[in-house]
Amino acid sequence: MSAAGGTVRRPGAARRRPRSLHGPRWRRALLPGYVGLVVLVTLMPIFVIVLYSFNQAPNERVNFAWNGFTTEWYRRLFEIPDLTSALLHSLEIAALSTVIAVAIGTPAAIALSRYRFRARGTADLVILADIAAPSVVVGASLLGFFVYLGVPRGFGTILIAHVAFNVAFVVVVLQSRLRDLDPSLVEAARDLGANPWQAFWQITLPVIFPAILSAGLLAAALSIDDFIITSFVAGQTLTFPLWVYGSVKVGIPPQVFAMGTLIFTAGVLIAIAGLIAGRRAPKET
Amino acid sequence: MSSSLKRSLTPYLLGLPTALWLGIFFVVPLLAILSVSLMTGNALDGYTLTWNFSIFGDAISTYSTQFLRSFLYGGISTAVALVAMYPVAYWVAFYGGRFKSALLFLLLLPFFVSFVIRIIAWQFILADDGIVLGTLKDIGVVPESMHVLSTPSAVVAGLTYDALPFMLLPLYVSLQRIDRSQIEAAADLYASKYDRFRTVILPLSAPGIYAGIVLVAITNIGDYVSAAILGGPSTTMIGNVIQTQYVQNADYPIASALALILMATLLVAMGVYAKVFGTRTLQEHAT
Amino acid sequence: MGALSACGIAGTRDTGWKSGFDWDSWWRRQERQGTLDFANWPLYIDRTKDGSPTLNDFSRKYGVTVNYRPVIQDNASFFAQISPVLAAEQPIGYDLVVISNGWELTQMIENHWLVPLDHSRLPNFERYAGAASRAPAYDPKNEFTVTWQSGITGIGYDPEKTGREITSLKDLYDPAFAGRVGMMSDNTELGSTGMLVQGIEPVSSGPAEWRQAAEVLRKQRDDGIVRQYYDQGYIKALQQGDTIISMAWSGDVFQAQVSGNSNLKFVVPEEGGMIWHDNCMIPYRAAHPVDAIEWMDYSYRPEIQAQISDWVNYVSPVPDAKPIIADQLDDPTVADSPLVFPSEAITKQLHDYYDFKSVGDHEEWTSIFDPIIQS
Repeated sequence: MSAAGGTVRRPGAARRRPRSLHGPRWRRALLPGYVGLVVLVTLMPIFVIVLYSFNQAPNERVNFAWNGFTTEWYRRLFEIPDLTSALLHSLEIAALSTVIAVAIGTPAAIALSRYRFRARGTADLVILADIAAPSVVVGASLLGFFVYLGVPRGFGTILIAHVAFNVAFVVVVLQSRLRDLDPSLVEAARDLGANPWQAFWQITLPVIFPAILSAGLLAAALSIDDFIITSFVAGQTLTFPLWVYGSVKVGIPPQVFAMGTLIFTAGVLIAIAGLIAGRRAPKET
Repeated sequence: MSSSLKRSLTPYLLGLPTALWLGIFFVVPLLAILSVSLMTGNALDGYTLTWNFSIFGDAISTYSTQFLRSFLYGGISTAVALVAMYPVAYWVAFYGGRFKSALLFLLLLPFFVSFVIRIIAWQFILADDGIVLGTLKDIGVVPESMHVLSTPSAVVAGLTYDALPFMLLPLYVSLQRIDRSQIEAAADLYASKYDRFRTVILPLSAPGIYAGIVLVAITNIGDYVSAAILGGPSTTMIGNVIQTQYVQNADYPIASALALILMATLLVAMGVYAKVFGTRTLQEHAT
Repeated sequence: MGALSACGIAGTRDTGWKSGFDWDSWWRRQERQGTLDFANWPLYIDRTKDGSPTLNDFSRKYGVTVNYRPVIQDNASFFAQISPVLAAEQPIGYDLVVISNGWELTQMIENHWLVPLDHSRLPNFERYAGAASRAPAYDPKNEFTVTWQSGITGIGYDPEKTGREITSLKDLYDPAFAGRVGMMSDNTELGSTGMLVQGIEPVSSGPAEWRQAAEVLRKQRDDGIVRQYYDQGYIKALQQGDTIISMAWSGDVFQAQVSGNSNLKFVVPEEGGMIWHDNCMIPYRAAHPVDAIEWMDYSYRPEIQAQISDWVNYVSPVPDAKPIIADQLDDPTVADSPLVFPSEAITKQLHDYYDFKSVGDHEEWTSIFDPIIQS
């Protein structure tokens, strides 16, 4: 079963359509249709946000009664300075915490899935505990810890906290890929004279790259979504969810929906750019 | 000799940064706070360590309904998410072609705009007289009194929705690495599509199923958002109780005890699950 | 959480200032520093794209740089964030914070975490503060707090859907509205209406009355009348028609009315409504107390208060702001709204919350009302 985990493709295998996988025409349409449906349902809230970001709001609060079309909220997008800076904080923290979590989580995932060592059981336990710990307890414990050490709360402590919960998700996702990555591949490379570092860059990394990308996406989403843990360690720094949650009491300003729409649009543009780049590249993974 | 020493040290070196980060910023603070569960007192006058183990029994008996409900809601939503997302991950992995990354990204996008906004949008969509129920009521498909929000189903639906990316990504990651040639080889060996799926694809994607279930079940069983916002008068989950006891009531001993029980239960459940399924697939692959 | 030791955690009681501290001479020594770190709730001050006009005016006139941070999402979680810092005898980084009356504020006072205010520096407060903002039950001498804005808890409803005007708290228990009634998940709010409906005065109640209230509320839930125990989301449920009658805060209903839901109404029921106050206070060890108290006083000038109230639409602590909003700001909708400037008749119907006397007191309250909400 050695080929099971490997990605050594038989020459031409990638290009040849595996004809035998296809059924009758209507059944072939079934699965893509279902995927389309899931995409549609997943994006439902986004459609609402996009639509109502163009709604007039006489009182400058989001309201689901349709008052008429306007682009006012895009023109006045950055009129609430603390909202703008909160959004920027969130984006920065998401990007940084994702990079750090992936950078430290990837070697940890390799260790956990490719080596047998004494502390492995404990490490697995800590990773799972990190996911299982209720946010409020994690947040409160970190705040107590930072106060005890006299560390001022702010951007840095939010970043530390986000990495601390992101990294567990990164490790678990990567493990699902690394677990059956064929060790013989790496060993073969080593036999050919590659040092471990080269073996990692040339064999392991390209193979697990899609997994790293997926784990990174998940980490970024988790970071940008976190409310409870952040609220404990934020100090005077505001993030997007903190600001938005706080504004619910008096009503969300329509700019929030406009920003949501722009995040979505930027995402779609990135996806399209990726598509174009992928077309140019000789082979996608 | 030195090379074997080096080899035995390698995993520790690889894991060191994460171990340090989690050790310092997760384990130490967590143990400190969980120790409060064995103390008695209050915030104003302070707490003393009384080794008050009876609190665990009390916590379980007082909140048994909420514990059971959490496992029920968490379990159902995990199962639904798995069944719903497996075909999606499968299709994206095998037929996504160059749309793979774009599709994954699209499915993840709603999770980049903060849960507060997502939930407000869902409340609007699912309102009693909203675009879905309102329309169905107008054409007489569902009774006038029908509502979705404030029900257990709404909580489970909310949990399932938020679980979609956590289920999708690990499944996709494990499916996309399956070599086409293997499936073709299997096609030659097995007669039916079903056999092919059962004997080749499903076992090969087992690590992804495992990771997906771990991520989704653990986060959903401990969730507090869904029940608080989408639930009705009797849908409180254990995450909500912990939240209220900690933040509203400042009852740190009971909150810590509940958190400890929840974590211990989840870890034991996952341990059993890993023993039964996780390692088995590993061994299968090793041979 | 306080400092951790081997066998326990120190209490927060002695982490503030010590009894007998000479605040008069302390205040005499304080000077304006030229900085104000102000923590408030989001969207709780007048705003234009150049910031808050009133804060900008203050900044110019007094030469104070204001760092305005809308970091407070709700009282309990804000308290959970600052209390470990205060307990560790460290400054929280704010000179002025806004917290509602309730258990968190009581603890702030009890722990000596608030600086007693120097009323000689609050001439505008002395002169312009409305009756409701003076000598509230939780701070009878305004020793530590002055009101920022207030709000009324009453009933919000949609007359078209209820089919009749709502006048009484008993309407929240009407089987005709089964499954369409919104109640609040805040146990202080819920417990208080449970008492009002039975004619019990919350501020002078005790555990026996609390249990009596809980019984009524439990029956209301078990009879299927309650749709959900809501946090701030109750107003959206009411706007969308998920509920047709709901416990409600005055400011929310006002906002809903002017932003497209003119069908909604707010009423202070005949049994009475509850009045709550969001309060300005100076946390102990604040670096710029004079700048903070100067802003407090400045905000009580009617022309300043008028700008703030015209924007935030909650109950203004300064009745004299009303004519300014009507004439100079030309905004009769706000000036004439009984939800921003309640009439004498309404004010008489408003009740204060029970003021928790001790930890045990608060624990008893939560143990009585939480099981209803968290079932």
